[in-house]
Amino acid sequence: MNPLGGEATITGIGQSEVGRRLGRSGYDLTIEACLRAIDDAGLDPDDIDGVATYPGASAPIRGMTGAGAMQLHDALGLKTRWHMGTSETAGQLGPVMNACLAVATGAANHVVCFRSVWESTAQQSGDRASALRQGPRRAAGMFEWFGPYGAMSAATWVAMLASRYIHDHGLTREQLAQVSLTCRRHAASNPTAVYRDPLTMDDYLTSRMISTPLCIYDCDVPTDGAVALIVSRRGASGGLNRPPITVEAFGHGVAQRHNWDQRADLTTMGAHDAAASMWDQTMIGPGDIDVMELYDGFSYIALQWIEALGFCEKGGAGRYVEGGHRIALDGELPLNTQGGQLSGGRLHGLGFLHEACLQLWGSGGQRQVTPNPEIAVAAAGGGPIAGCVLVSLK
Amino acid sequence: MSTTERPEERYLPEPTWESEPFWTSGKQGVLAIHRCLDCRRWFHPPAPACWHCRSRNVGPEPSVGTGVVAAFSVNVHQWLPKFPPPYVVAIVELDDEAGVRVTSNIFGCEPEEVYIQMPVVVDFEDWEELSIPVFRPLDAS
Repeated sequence: MNPLGGEATITGIGQSEVGRRLGRSGYDLTIEACLRAIDDAGLDPDDIDGVATYPGASAPIRGMTGAGAMQLHDALGLKTRWHMGTSETAGQLGPVMNACLAVATGAANHVVCFRSVWESTAQQSGDRASALRQGPRRAAGMFEWFGPYGAMSAATWVAMLASRYIHDHGLTREQLAQVSLTCRRHAASNPTAVYRDPLTMDDYLTSRMISTPLCIYDCDVPTDGAVALIVSRRGASGGLNRPPITVEAFGHGVAQRHNWDQRADLTTMGAHDAAASMWDQTMIGPGDIDVMELYDGFSYIALQWIEALGFCEKGGAGRYVEGGHRIALDGELPLNTQGGQLSGGRLHGLGFLHEACLQLWGSGGQRQVTPNPEIAVAAAGGGPIAGCVLVSLK
Repeated sequence: MSTTERPEERYLPEPTWESEPFWTSGKQGVLAIHRCLDCRRWFHPPAPACWHCRSRNVGPEPSVGTGVVAAFSVNVHQWLPKFPPPYVVAIVELDDEAGVRVTSNIFGCEPEEVYIQMPVVVDFEDWEELSIPVFRPLDAS
């Protein structure tokens, strides 16, 4: 059972230089990642006939997008049959899902999907809030409801939801810390990770608060970098260096109101709807997953995804990650093998699917999960924003 | 440090056709929340239809103005030059209807005194043509 008929595959992955304050344009990073992914698939830019990206050419915060779909098209002289670029989709993995539909229906053969950010360089002369306020004089859109109250960052929005979870279900700082500490340990084995120095529980517990209960180590940091991958129709012509990875299902569902503060149960997120809609489409279940690459823009969001995907019972995520052994590289179900965004760098979503594919292909180097994983889940987004993708290589 | 004073500056909202009553009704001492005139359910943020019964017969009505803290965070990081931390950002569930919530600030007490299920009451800060709803502890009002 595969809603895409098994037609949607991933054939190549690529990542640009990743780092803090690289002083390079987001457009340039985009091209670097896309060319690497095309080459990794054994394809030529002339083989690419589709482009998909999040959030498209414009974003409310400077540095949040490196290029739009048509900028890539223009720089590489592509001839496409299909393209899209938008933020109004199932989070940062939404374009990959759209690309899967495009190849499954025959609208395209090889779609390059990318996500690029240059927030670190963009914010060099100020912080995120000043970057935001280079925009409109008044708070509009989603910020209409948060900006007036000094809730300028998702740090505060996520923190509020975490406070309710702690109240209803219990979650100690030591339990929450396991996400950050595990990511840092995994980042040590990832040569491209931005933070690779050891992080201790004491470092975590004594660090400064950003917005209670989240401290600095619960928050990812602005990074420059781009990630790309190639979604191909199974059997489409081209080089194809390796056995293609099958996209088994994806989670795109939204079953409740799409905002941060009106969900019926504030101890859940959009992740729960997305995950449910993914499991509805497949015979594969949570017990079949070998590795999980889950959005950790804030540590608490990764715990939400663990619950939403059914790896533990509702309210049990703190106990699930207790001590960190279960989610370690050699644990029962490794989490964020590249260091997540917390230590790997805030590549904003697509990095999780990049890493899932890398692990399935056995290309993880020092951070390779053994035995080689066969089924992986990647998820991105927090609050109402959510999407997840189930991939396999068997 | 007590968060009892209005900040020197707020990042003011740009009201829409639907949200204008929410951001201005405080001038009359009223918290205006959208309500369906057919099924009588409340909802927020405002929209041109009731998401419960899909009626377009909707509009702002005076909320009772009290509620409880459903979730909150003491924001410690300084994001805005003239809005110094710490300050409490909270999701307040209104007494008008379970599950109808507004995100706001809790003023009038120490940040560490705020707790989930704390009863609060609306207050207003006038800024230019707007009146920003904020909340204070009910027993201290």
